[in-house]
Amino acid sequence: MQALIDQFFNVQIMADAWPTVWRGLMMTVLLCIAVIPLGLLGGLLVAMANTAPWRWLRWTVVVYVDIFRAIPPLVLLIFIYAGLPFAGIRLSPFAAVSIAFLLNNSAYYGEIYRAGIESIGKGQMEAARSTGLSGLQAMTYVILPQAVRNVLPDLLSNTIEVVKLTSLASVVALPELLYSADMARSITYNASPIVMAALIYLAILWPVVRFLSRLERRMGA
Amino acid sequence: MDGSVSSVPRSLPSDAGRPAEAVLQISDLHMAFGDLEVLKGIDLSVAEQELVFIIGPSGSGKSTLLRCCNRLEEPNKGTIIVDGEEITAPKANLNKLRQRIGMVFQSFNLYPHLTAQANVTLALRKVAGKSRIEAREIALAALDRVGLSDKSDSYPNELSGGQQQRVAIARSLALQPRVMLFDEPTSALDPELVGDVLNVMQDMKEGGMTMLVVSHEMRFAMNAADQVVFMDRGVIVEQGTPDRIFKHPEHQRTRDFLGKVAH
Amino acid sequence: MTPWERFVDAFFNREVIVQYLPAIGKGVVVTIELAVLVVISGIALGFLLVVLRAYRVAPVNAVIVVFVDVFRALPPLVLILLLYFGLPNIDVTLSGFAVVWLTLTLVLGAFAEEIFWAGVLSVEKGQWQAARSTGLGFGQTLFYVILPQAVRMTVPPLTNRTIAITKNTALGTVVGVGEILNQATTAQSFSGNASPLTVAAIAFLLIFVPVVYAGRWIETRFAWRKG
Repeated sequence: MQALIDQFFNVQIMADAWPTVWRGLMMTVLLCIAVIPLGLLGGLLVAMANTAPWRWLRWTVVVYVDIFRAIPPLVLLIFIYAGLPFAGIRLSPFAAVSIAFLLNNSAYYGEIYRAGIESIGKGQMEAARSTGLSGLQAMTYVILPQAVRNVLPDLLSNTIEVVKLTSLASVVALPELLYSADMARSITYNASPIVMAALIYLAILWPVVRFLSRLERRMGA
Repeated sequence: MDGSVSSVPRSLPSDAGRPAEAVLQISDLHMAFGDLEVLKGIDLSVAEQELVFIIGPSGSGKSTLLRCCNRLEEPNKGTIIVDGEEITAPKANLNKLRQRIGMVFQSFNLYPHLTAQANVTLALRKVAGKSRIEAREIALAALDRVGLSDKSDSYPNELSGGQQQRVAIARSLALQPRVMLFDEPTSALDPELVGDVLNVMQDMKEGGMTMLVVSHEMRFAMNAADQVVFMDRGVIVEQGTPDRIFKHPEHQRTRDFLGKVAH
Repeated sequence: MTPWERFVDAFFNREVIVQYLPAIGKGVVVTIELAVLVVISGIALGFLLVVLRAYRVAPVNAVIVVFVDVFRALPPLVLILLLYFGLPNIDVTLSGFAVVWLTLTLVLGAFAEEIFWAGVLSVEKGQWQAARSTGLGFGQTLFYVILPQAVRMTVPPLTNRTIAITKNTALGTVVGVGEILNQATTAQSFSGNASPLTVAAIAFLLIFVPVVYAGRWIETRFAWRKG
């Protein structure tokens, strides 16, 4: 038991690692601030393209979504970070992560928005168009506000996944929360810094998960 | 006139004997869903301030005819001229023309995320380009006209079906359309709520609005309509004053239909 | 070389591809093994938990709820590193394969339980009452009446979630599991050429695009049940 505490919940080691881990946390926050709005926006574009009157665009979007739902985000990230330099495109870890996440998240958020848009009866579009609103205006002012509200739990759920995914940035040596904690672990040969990182993720995401559960129950009822 | 929603259009000197100018002119309209021909050559004109009432069995194409008039459905052939402009022209500015054609749906189609007032102001602001204050004034006047000035901040789910439909009427009315289309406006309502909506329509008629109505409310047609059109299987079977159609129908199909409705 | 030739040489180099294809092929086998194991054990775990939860024993339910929340909130990579690098310190050594399998099983189990439970809650109360009124016991009602309905309803969300979690087998590369990505990055550093990464991406597409399509098919097939 003592060994377990020493190796996983060593307060001294946690305290020593705290400054590093804190910097990592700030990087994770920064990363979230970059990738969540990007993904929400990209997804919106994907979903709008899905309703476009041009068949070629709709097909492109379907292929796009399927590809990025099928490729693991880590594969995408490594391809962009380690593969693109061979094409002369060298990206910072932060840029590589942002691009990989934009591609991946746009597909996921896009599918969620699409489901939301499809959940709105076509009478809404007709009523809006009959008053002279253009298709884009009807989408913006009538369909999307309702669609987003209908899929709010799914958007939130995916956002939790995005926050969790930022931990992948550690693989390309971006010093975010997990990377920093793992650095501290490799120096101390002690797992406590990672436990600390886990606790931080929990502290951030557990309340959100709880809130989501309640939201889902309320909207489902 | 500006800012008011009184639907009295610019009054025209209507000398007796000459038919008033047609606000809505439908010529040789054809429409098919795939192989299914729904409209087989419709000619119909609605004059200024006239209320034309379309009756007919379900599947006769009357709703489709209405929906063609603002091109929610795309007709295959024929022309529709609204207020002197051809809406069926390929280059027609649909969004602009649609402001002049109000439409009221069977299922209301109010925007559930917006208050009654915001339902009305949306197109005023985004299409007609009114300022926020102006749009608000117009909306309140329109809601007042349908007897719902006290409900302007209510959301659709807080309103009864009849109230929702009246808000939907106000939404169209506020844009000062030249003609209003009603697609079975009372069919989705509980019987006790139908009267409120019909009263509003009667009031609009008296205010001089030009109206094309698809409905099963025969009594309303009897009282308010100038012309009654009987449609069956994609054609206009006969057309005339309510008195003539209801009391002395010429065609057997009309008699059959009215007989069924009466009982 | 023209830019185009340079591009082809960097990402679609035939020689490199031929040389490392067998290694990546081995990776494909490992990825599929791991994925299948995770799906089976994860869904089984979720099912087991939801059965336990249906008995509504307060302390047990509290434990399940906490378990589910924790594994919904924690990034799987954190768990993988924790188990892989932490456990040896207390003399428990698991292979990378075992660690990834265990982690993803726990994560999928948590999500599956949550989804199943939503399904159980959505079955009308009348179903319980009707079944109990015919003399079925609690367990019988649960297994013959409630769960079959609940599970059907949950097929679309569960499919999507399962696909998303199964893709995380690629995380195994971080702890040296010889799956596709791992083989590809190794090959890339040996060959100094990005083609193995291209092959890896294509391999993942070949495995998961059909799964995504199957998921989409299932979604439309079961969609009407949402009612």
